[in-house]
Amino acid sequence: MLEIRNLHAGVEGAEILHGINLTVNAGEIHAIMGPNGSGKSTLAQVLAGHEAYSVTEGEVIYEGQDLIDMDPDERAAQGVFLAFQYPVEIPGVNSAYFLRTALNALRTARDEEEVDAIDFLTLIRDKLKLVEMDEKFLKRSVNEGFSGGEKKRHEILQMAVLEPRLSILDETDSGLDIDALRVVANGVNTLHSADKAAIVVTHYQRLLNNIVPDFVHVMLDGRIVQSGDKTLALELEEKGYDWIKEEHATHSV
Amino acid sequence: MSSQTQELETLATSDYKFGWVTDIEQESAPPGLNEDIIRFISEKKNEPDWLLEWRLKAYRHWLTMTDPLKRKKSEQWAMVTYPDIDYQSIVYYSAPKQAGDGPASLDEVDPELLATYEKLGIPLEEQKMLAGVAVDAVFDSVSVATTFKETLAEAGVIFCSFSEAVQDHPDLVRQYLGSVVPHTDNYFAALNSAVFSDGSFCYIPKGVRCPMELSTYFRINAANTGQFERTLVIAEEGAYVSYLEGCTAPMRDENQLHAAVVELVALDNAQIKYSTVQNWYPGDIDGKGGIYNFVTKRGACRGANSKISWTQVETGSAITWKYPSCILQGDNSVGEFYSVAVTSLKQQADTGTKMIHIGKNTRSTIISKGISALLGQNTYRGAVQVLKGAHNARNFTQCDSMLIGDQCGAHTFPYIDVRNPSAHVEHEATTSKIGEDQIFYCNQRGISTEDAVSMIVNGFCKEVLAELPMEFAVEAQKLLGISLEGSVG
Ligand SMILES: Nc1ncnc2c1ncn2[C@@H]1O[C@H](COP(=O)(O)OP(=O)(O)OP(=O)(O)O)[C@@H](O)[C@H]1O
Ligand SMILES: [Mg+2]
Repeated sequence: MLEIRNLHAGVEGAEILHGINLTVNAGEIHAIMGPNGSGKSTLAQVLAGHEAYSVTEGEVIYEGQDLIDMDPDERAAQGVFLAFQYPVEIPGVNSAYFLRTALNALRTARDEEEVDAIDFLTLIRDKLKLVEMDEKFLKRSVNEGFSGGEKKRHEILQMAVLEPRLSILDETDSGLDIDALRVVANGVNTLHSADKAAIVVTHYQRLLNNIVPDFVHVMLDGRIVQSGDKTLALELEEKGYDWIKEEHATHSV
Repeated sequence: MSSQTQELETLATSDYKFGWVTDIEQESAPPGLNEDIIRFISEKKNEPDWLLEWRLKAYRHWLTMTDPLKRKKSEQWAMVTYPDIDYQSIVYYSAPKQAGDGPASLDEVDPELLATYEKLGIPLEEQKMLAGVAVDAVFDSVSVATTFKETLAEAGVIFCSFSEAVQDHPDLVRQYLGSVVPHTDNYFAALNSAVFSDGSFCYIPKGVRCPMELSTYFRINAANTGQFERTLVIAEEGAYVSYLEGCTAPMRDENQLHAAVVELVALDNAQIKYSTVQNWYPGDIDGKGGIYNFVTKRGACRGANSKISWTQVETGSAITWKYPSCILQGDNSVGEFYSVAVTSLKQQADTGTKMIHIGKNTRSTIISKGISALLGQNTYRGAVQVLKGAHNARNFTQCDSMLIGDQCGAHTFPYIDVRNPSAHVEHEATTSKIGEDQIFYCNQRGISTEDAVSMIVNGFCKEVLAELPMEFAVEAQKLLGISLEGSVG
């Protein structure tokens, strides 16, 4: 589904990602871990097409197409979804209207019929249940005044409505209480299927107890320096990143 | 950078969808302003002597006034800049040529004109007309058609062009003309009083709720012509009317002057709702062309419990200078001002309101939303005055500004003058910016940049758009989207 080859990217003047290689197949869940500032969010933003980052080398192939050439909204239409580490507030635009506009934009791009307000309400009620959110959120402005945890749930609500094929979750577990963590994990698991894939960026092994990854990757200074199965996450939890840093330092000498 | 600006320019100007010119034979006065021209206009319209005298008086007064632009900077009120207007190069009267007295019915209206309005989305032919909306169509200096006249007449409502009102209802015109905006009020009001050509007249008798929306559609077509319309709306005791005006003009390199005067009078328990969707040609990104929209609008709540609401969506014009105001004279009277003003390209807007509280328990609400993009400059200027006798007056003002990009500007000047200690005056103001991150967030959900801007802007203006009559709210929403197309790179 997704093939990242030797991806170099950064902001004006400074390279942040120094050659990422990653293959994600349909049905797989990949976890990306790594210390603060190692480039996890940058990778997520580059995959979603944020214009602040430019790709200087390498390629990203998604479903046989060059992803880098696509505008962000085109990527979304192709099924790429990013749950933001810091969801943005949009005052004056209520969540229901925002979500329906997004859903209809995606449907239009796929030559499907738009959903009217009444059908949408039926659909959204279902999804609200999944993330255990109250209907009153639909009337509130997107993310405005939402608590940290509510913002994250709201991201998963959007994922549930838009049904992407490739979901990238950037620290969706950060700031969640124990119940919310369970809700978010449960949502992600419910939405997962054999024709979908997810990349889950996290700092905590406890999320991976609930969302069980097929692969765990460790990112360090803009590179993936170690990959393994879910036991790698346990090892990291136990030992921290220092051993990887050391190992990586000796390797690169 | 310059190629990017150019791209923006083509994007932004190609989006003015009303920029064409109707090819029609016009009858015009020679350019220039003097007493003879005023006599010419008055004679063309077969006006009674008192009206000619009224015009001449206004003209003579205008001659004694100073162009606001030529005042010292410190005495200039509005924050707009423009090159000197040469009042002698303007044509003050231009009308589509017609045989005889003018069309008695739509069948006699030039098909070229009907086609023009059709193209503007304002079909005048009865079978195609917007249900429940009566339209007066003003083309350059004259009204070319008014629809649904008979239906309205059955309810006792008079809705016709100003020129017709002068002929058919001279006493009403004489009683109210200039009673809210005297010719001495300001430079442009004086000019308008001297040379006004046409406009709409509307009278709702005692106790009548006008059975349909009334609307006037203004179109400037001829080159080098000024449009000086005059609108008068009178609601007698207990009457209600909702009135809407729309405006467009061709794309031309020269600036054109539009100096209108609108007067509203509401007697006891009467209500007037006046909405404007102004989309005159805005000019291009270099500031070339576009309409100078210098308008005086004022409503008098003369009766107890009367109410006047102004709602405006201003997206067009190179320069907009207008302050639709309310004189709250009757006890318990209510004034409202809801405004959205968009300045993109090189547009300038200096707009707001004046609420003058005279009667007891008078209340006013001001909601202003200014949106600036590209090189646009947007100023809110509003005055709330509470006079000595206005016990328990209340005002609430909210002014919000939104910036798109970093080369535009937003300014807020609230003036508050309270002379009665029982008054409550509240003022809130915010400034926000449409950020790249908001756009990216929308993009990531599949929403295109243009739709995202339009969605965010519409969300920002929601409270104001909700005040528009249903039929026009959707139009206004689209217009906001269109006028900001290309403003985010
Ligand atoms: N727009 C930007 N401008 C300048 N520097 C940036 C920008 N985006 C990211 N960086 C830098 O790139 C590096 C990687 O940042 P990134 O946000 O990708 O880290 P992360 O792995 O997601 O960290 P965290 O775990 O703290 O979320 C950091 O040093 C950061 O300061
Ligand atoms: Mg991060």
